[in-house]
Amino acid sequence: MERKDWPLWEVFVRSKAGLSHKHAGSLHAPDAEMAISNARDVYTRRNEGVSIWVVESKHIHSTLETDTESMFDPNADKIYRHPTFYDIPDEVGHM
Amino acid sequence: MSEEKDLQAIFDKKIENEVKIEPKDWMPDAYRKNVLRQMAQHAHSEVVGMLPEGNWIARAPSMRRKVALLAKIQDEAGHGLYLYSAAETLGKDRDTLVRELLEGTAKYSSIFNYPALTWADIGAVGWLVDGAAIVNQIMLQKTSYGPYSRAMIRICKEESFHQRQGYEIMLTLCRGTDEQKAMAQDALNRFWWPSLMMFGPSDKDSPHSAQSMAWKVKRMGNDDLRQKFIDQTVKQADFLGLTIPDPELKWNEEKGQYDWGQIDWEEFFNVIKGNGPCNKERLAARQAAYDNGAWVREAATAYAKKKAERKDKEAA
Repeated sequence: MERKDWPLWEVFVRSKAGLSHKHAGSLHAPDAEMAISNARDVYTRRNEGVSIWVVESKHIHSTLETDTESMFDPNADKIYRHPTFYDIPDEVGHM
Repeated sequence: MSEEKDLQAIFDKKIENEVKIEPKDWMPDAYRKNVLRQMAQHAHSEVVGMLPEGNWIARAPSMRRKVALLAKIQDEAGHGLYLYSAAETLGKDRDTLVRELLEGTAKYSSIFNYPALTWADIGAVGWLVDGAAIVNQIMLQKTSYGPYSRAMIRICKEESFHQRQGYEIMLTLCRGTDEQKAMAQDALNRFWWPSLMMFGPSDKDSPHSAQSMAWKVKRMGNDDLRQKFIDQTVKQADFLGLTIPDPELKWNEEKGQYDWGQIDWEEFFNVIKGNGPCNKERLAARQAAYDNGAWVREAATAYAKKKAERKDKEAA
């Protein structure tokens, strides 16, 4: 009955201006407004945030564990994408 | 079948290498069940744990004490939510979790079946009960299940004030009149042994302990955690000038830890079975809170629906 109608929301909190919103946790609420209000009470009781996002969990799409290899492993051997791959003489100074 | 073997191997490797298990990862059914049971019990304990203290909000001796107690209890509601959310990631929905608590099929920490009779009990609960919980929860920050670990890190960050506010209450009473100090001693006398029981049966008698350790769900055994709590608490009691109610308590130079007496396990199992001083009262209070909150949940649902309909009409 009642609670089953309440979707799950993921809560993202920006801890201060200039930083990204970061996932803080989740909660159930009947709509976005209540989700934000509850998120404030639960996740920002000690000045943890200056802004809150809530997103219904069902709207989040993600990679699957079974995809991990094909998704991320090709990065491992591309060391030329990192600055340390290139030899620059010390005399040049910081680059 | 061989695919399942591969998955088991991947899982075992992760546990070995301290890689956290996340909700959508493959995990053995027994692991899922074990972590879910532990998280649910933990969540229920936070929620039921509000009851002995809630009884004292209106009777707190000063405004300072009252706002602190309110904030602590509010934290516990929040901690219950973090843990329910973590439990839900393993596929049991909130309604089912709450129903299992109300029907008495799920357990919560036996400590909350003891009453808070005096104001000093609020001090003892913060100092000893939260103190014991913190020892356990610091260990659980490193648990192998990701959502549980994250909930524990957040909870530990918030909880240290709980113990400090309890100890401060004890300190104030111990520096007060003889009568106040006697009240503090009485609270310690009643809460000491039940606090030690919070760590659960000795590992050799605990049905889940060995497997939980192997899966790194728990990172320390019940007996080691209990010893750690005793070793850190004795000097805090000394500072208060209170006596721990255990005539066998004695520093063991050789072992570098305290020797201590015997827990009355009969009492422990009896309370777990439902025969503690407050088991019925606690569940009745939860049931009443659930029933009395029904109209709020219904109203929130109806209001959300009405708002959505109005928005649709405006858009049309």
